[in-house]
Amino acid sequence: MITLTINGREISVSEGTTVFEAAKELEIEMPTLCYEPRLKPYGGCRLCIVEIEGIPKPVTACTTPATENMVVNTNSDYLYRLRRTIVELLLSDHPNDCMICTRAGDCTLQELAYFYKLRENRFKGETRKHDRIDENPFVKREMDKCILCGLCVRVCDEVQGVNAIDFVNRGFNSNISPPYEKDLDCEFCGQCVAICPTGALTGKVWAGEGRQKNVKHTETVCGYCGCGCNVTLHTVRDRVVRISSKRDSHNQGWLCAKGRFGYEFINKNDRLKTPLIRRKKGGELEPATWEEAFDLIVSRFNSIKKKYGPDALAGLASARCTNEENYAFQKFFRAVIGTNNIDHCARY
Amino acid sequence: MSREIVVNVCMDTGGIASGSLEVMEAFEAEFARAGLTASVEKHCKLHRVGCFGFCARDVLVNITIDGECITYQYIKPDMVERLVEEHILEGNPVVEWQVDQEYEDFYRLQQRVVLANNSKIDPENIREYIDIDGYGAINKVLREMTPADVIECVKASELRGRGGAGFPTGLKWEICARHKDPMRYLICNADEGDPGAFMDRSVIEGNPHSLIEGMSIGAYAIGAHTGYVYIRAEYPLAVERLNKALQQARDNGFLGKGIHGSGFDFDIKVKLGAGAFVCGEETALIASIEGERGMPRAKPPYPADKGLWGKPTIINNVETWANLPPIINNGAEWYAAIGSENSKGTKVFALTGKIKNTGLIEVPMGISLRDIIFDIGGGIEGGKLMKAVQTGGPSGGCIPQAHLDMRVDYDNLVNVGSMMGSGGMVVLDESDCMVNISRFFLEFTQAESCGKCTPCRIGTKRLLEILTRITEGEGRKGDIELLLDLANDIKDTSLCGLGMSAPNPVLSTIRYFRHEYEAHILHKHCPAKVCRKLLTFFIREDLCTGCGVCLKSCPAGAVSGTKKNPHHIDTSVCIKCGACYDVCKFKAVLKE
Amino acid sequence: MTNSVEEIADTDALFVIGSNTTENHPIIGLRMKEAVRNGAKLIIADPRKIPLVKFAHLWLQQKPGTDATLINCIMHVILKEGLEDTKFIKERTEGITAFRKSLKSFTPAHGEKVTGVPKKDIIEAARIFASADKAGIYYTMGITQHSMGTNNVLALADLAMLTGNVGKESSGVNPLRGQNNVQGCCDMGCSPNVFPGYQKVTDEKVRSKFEEAWGRELPTEIGLAATEMTDAMIDGKLKGLYVMGENPILSEPNMNHALKAFKSLDFLIVQDLFLTETAELADVVLPAASFAEKEGTFTNTERRVQRVRKAIKSPGEAMDDLSIISHITLRMGYNPVLENLSALGYLVPDKMEADKYITTPEQAFLEAGLLWPEIRGMTYQRLRNGGLQWPCPSHSHSGTRFLFQDSFPVGKAKFVAIPGLPSKEVPDDDYPFILTTGRILFQYHTGTMTRRSKALEAVAPEPFIEINKSDAEKLGIVESALLTVTSRRGQIDVKAKIGDRVGPGVVFIPFHYKEAAANLLTNDALDPVCKIAEAKVCAVKIEKAA
Repeated sequence: MITLTINGREISVSEGTTVFEAAKELEIEMPTLCYEPRLKPYGGCRLCIVEIEGIPKPVTACTTPATENMVVNTNSDYLYRLRRTIVELLLSDHPNDCMICTRAGDCTLQELAYFYKLRENRFKGETRKHDRIDENPFVKREMDKCILCGLCVRVCDEVQGVNAIDFVNRGFNSNISPPYEKDLDCEFCGQCVAICPTGALTGKVWAGEGRQKNVKHTETVCGYCGCGCNVTLHTVRDRVVRISSKRDSHNQGWLCAKGRFGYEFINKNDRLKTPLIRRKKGGELEPATWEEAFDLIVSRFNSIKKKYGPDALAGLASARCTNEENYAFQKFFRAVIGTNNIDHCARY
Repeated sequence: MSREIVVNVCMDTGGIASGSLEVMEAFEAEFARAGLTASVEKHCKLHRVGCFGFCARDVLVNITIDGECITYQYIKPDMVERLVEEHILEGNPVVEWQVDQEYEDFYRLQQRVVLANNSKIDPENIREYIDIDGYGAINKVLREMTPADVIECVKASELRGRGGAGFPTGLKWEICARHKDPMRYLICNADEGDPGAFMDRSVIEGNPHSLIEGMSIGAYAIGAHTGYVYIRAEYPLAVERLNKALQQARDNGFLGKGIHGSGFDFDIKVKLGAGAFVCGEETALIASIEGERGMPRAKPPYPADKGLWGKPTIINNVETWANLPPIINNGAEWYAAIGSENSKGTKVFALTGKIKNTGLIEVPMGISLRDIIFDIGGGIEGGKLMKAVQTGGPSGGCIPQAHLDMRVDYDNLVNVGSMMGSGGMVVLDESDCMVNISRFFLEFTQAESCGKCTPCRIGTKRLLEILTRITEGEGRKGDIELLLDLANDIKDTSLCGLGMSAPNPVLSTIRYFRHEYEAHILHKHCPAKVCRKLLTFFIREDLCTGCGVCLKSCPAGAVSGTKKNPHHIDTSVCIKCGACYDVCKFKAVLKE
Repeated sequence: MTNSVEEIADTDALFVIGSNTTENHPIIGLRMKEAVRNGAKLIIADPRKIPLVKFAHLWLQQKPGTDATLINCIMHVILKEGLEDTKFIKERTEGITAFRKSLKSFTPAHGEKVTGVPKKDIIEAARIFASADKAGIYYTMGITQHSMGTNNVLALADLAMLTGNVGKESSGVNPLRGQNNVQGCCDMGCSPNVFPGYQKVTDEKVRSKFEEAWGRELPTEIGLAATEMTDAMIDGKLKGLYVMGENPILSEPNMNHALKAFKSLDFLIVQDLFLTETAELADVVLPAASFAEKEGTFTNTERRVQRVRKAIKSPGEAMDDLSIISHITLRMGYNPVLENLSALGYLVPDKMEADKYITTPEQAFLEAGLLWPEIRGMTYQRLRNGGLQWPCPSHSHSGTRFLFQDSFPVGKAKFVAIPGLPSKEVPDDDYPFILTTGRILFQYHTGTMTRRSKALEAVAPEPFIEINKSDAEKLGIVESALLTVTSRRGQIDVKAKIGDRVGPGVVFIPFHYKEAAANLLTNDALDPVCKIAEAKVCAVKIEKAA
């Protein structure tokens, strides 16, 4: 264990803990745009700079390992000024079009601008232009909003192992891009979209849908494969407008293309809205009331059971229904119909 | 002593650019034609060697007959015939082509440790290095010293890293050697990126084995078995000679398993850099070797703790490594006796700018700027007044004339707002505008920023924008304070040395030449008459002959006048391109 | 899974066989990549060059249908080189002597002949796997969807036992379940032979427990497996079928056969979100709720029971499946409320109200817990953050990350000798290619959900057949050429995708696409034990489409 002092408070942490993590344990918050506990330390945005006794210049808390007897200060007028300059610099190369940005209200840069009260900018100058529209159906890339925190590049490399994007060019013209500045062609897991702190990367699927107002969040489980990822459904009234995942879930907030972007079926118009029954053999399926449908089911089940015995009936349960539904379904067949002819699609 | 004739031709990149290949060919042809060995009954050796240093006088040729050496300067191929004829065959040196007193002066105050053998041995022949006791130091180390002894010796020599920051080399090694992880690496930083600097190139082109020997000593000291030389691909000749040298060293058992017959394994790999300035920064360089984009990583942890592939790594530049064999050979006390109190040994500088004798110099630490500029350098070209000297490469600072008597070492340079850097030294005279100089350096550094950290990526760009507007007459009141604020914030918040030092030109020029900034901003005036947009061009009627050349050259139609009568410039139309100024033969066009 | 997904990251060696993990279980795939980054050795055995191969230290490209031989040969090497875990074998298993004998003929040379995997790779795989401290096995349908699928799984279990890789962290035998709640569906007893919690319907003691709980006499015979139902429909033994949330027409092997079967039913109910291919044949179609529209729990592949929550209302009159079943149950004269709730300690509403009473998800969950002790410790309250992994027998139990730490349910685990059987249909002169099927990243199962997502459909809009470069060259096929693929059971037209993802003699078609349904071609030969069909191997011929 290592003992250090942060803002006059002592704390013991295990070896390898960074100053940022140690401060977090003391619930000392520092501004950051590029820190991400699920990724390796980076230190690009420079916002989490702190003063450490014995080190002449401020260092980033997110990259500095805590050492024995270290004395750290995370808050001073000097640090405030430096951090404010950094945010001001970022905003000097930003479209500042929060009014029409998908991420408004959910944007770290916007929060920082608010915190540092940056309305005017001393460094107004050239801004990067980005007006290309990518063809891919998932990820909208507005690189003029990119602050080069590198989170997308790192998540694509360190977590997804795909390396679909990287930094290109140097200096002010540094940018993040797929190879040869082509369109994104990858697994479209959207990890980059989820981790982007600004509006640079957003999902095309949720473009123009609800932003913050009237959006309800519901914690649930993804409906696709057996990984059982935790997802948050963003809904506006009775419409799913977006899916995200929390980083403290067992899937660590990571999702795949299906889980993150494949929710449109829920809102689809061709969902069945009423029961349908075939009123005569060989006829068409026609809309019916629930009463009608239930009556038909009960009478046909009863007559088959009476005529051929319970084993002439069978049920196929579903790997996509809940435990409770499956429990009730097999119970229905076993206890009410009286047959063990019950199975599901585990074999397909 | 054996009777022999040795002809040494400087064949580094600079020499070759000046035509030394052709000179060499001419010597070969002459030797063949004259049937030289037979006719003089002596062993004739035609030699390519490394940089002599005084590049302004290229091609330089040394002709040594029986130990007596004469240096010729500005040699062209057509001069070779006479040299062979008169000097070699007849024994009469060609006096008018010999170097002059100024050449002697150039070397008088120099002390050559690293470059000592540059003009003596063929860099492509390991035997010649061995013949001058090369690889003696590593043999001594392997047989007589423990790794700890070596570190102790380097510590006692007080050698500091020659790459810029001047960290004590021995201390760095000790940290690495003490690390609990037994897998260590060693790197030579040969990614010399400062414009106009060629110290490292000269060492590798002139004496690559001294680098290999230095690295072998370091490897033994810290217990590394793999070393890398990270060298820029724009140095094809250096790369070629280094690879040849490495192969020869391997063939001789000096690299590979059990080097020099000891039980110690060490080999060196060459990794080519792709010309990113930032890759000279050690962590960016490490990232580049690992196959990543060359972007610096935050320190701490330092490479000596967590470097290449996450392993403890020692990284030193070419000059530092090349200092090691002489330190081992001559002892730490000998080395520590050279130089100033806190900076020992010698330092190689690339001396350029508005100075007479440009070239590569090696001087003891603590020599005064005045000695370098006026003695070695021969003073300012064209009799102009010196204004400042810029050291430390594009992110160094400008030192004004007032500090001419300053002793050049690590600490003094920092105290006056500059730095040692890798050894660039650019002399500026009265015709240089300091605002423009600072804009020039910022243009370079901001373009070379890797883009990783905000202050460097955007901050240096903003510095450049403000400087540009000042030089264009758009400077605003408060711009100096804004520059100072921003420059200091960038210095304090940047991730790596590039960003931390990029504002140095701005800060040091404001510190010493604030009046020039004020003139630009408040009076829209460029005292050095460099910033075109701030100049007014006009014609002095008393000097104008009415030849009409300026009228023809003016692209904007601002010049008017009739033949043989004084012409006139309409300043409201003038676009300040300077064409009239350049073409006037009578110096009648003035700028103010 | 015997172990947890999280543990994968700390594994020293991974053996991934018959699982295209990054496409079918992308998030588990991330953990495998993490393991590799952490220094683990990854061995992949797959007939296709799946994306995960990029991260593998060793890729064994076995011929489809030769898995058991491959695994046996690996075990042969382990025993020959003395790399087995003798302590584990002695303390926790039995039957090693006979088992050792059974592996005698499975030499690496034999392996190379049968599986096509070079001898040296078999030996290396054995060494990597057996010398790792913690080694895990991960598989999916590539192992199970064979006529000898049960054998394949048993062989993997043998391998884990032989190397002592069961009952400890970051190891185990780990089937990755393909659908969000296929684990829960099995757990809940939706199988013809077991009640909830894998309690055998043929076990009298078990049955009487359920009879008592449910208040009805229960059938004593094992019922029909889904794959057997098809034949029973054609034979006229099965008259009525109730399908909840499935599209078996498209997912079942030998689709023509299935189509014929479903058409011969007297009465078919399909309950789904959409009018699927199966629903189109139904007599009654019931509109169900999506996962976003209901409360309940799903159990993922690592036995983690997690809460599903209602975010939105269902469209129109659509109703969640539990309510639908409750309504039918009530109308069939069984009142779950009156008959069970008092047993659960609930306040029972009066008779009038109870008649209209629909079982709530929470009640159903608690009832299941009463009958299956391994989830008895779970309540909705306890599941609210991240869920719990069964077994979780009491309210103070924090769930189980990995199984069999101290013992197996049967005491000592028995080694089972597995023969190297061929697939039911192997290539011949008429049908010279082996067809194998599977999923792709951007589609899911029969496409009911994914094909309605504009974005997913845009990047994976059409079916294809993967064919090896050399085969394509021989047949004169160019990229995207339309091919007619024929098996003994059916025929489809599909575009060629030429490359090296499959080896020579093997082709692959994803089964998501109804316009070229791979299951028109596949073989419905069954595994004798678990009744799974051989969807992963059948013989086909390939011609350029007319």
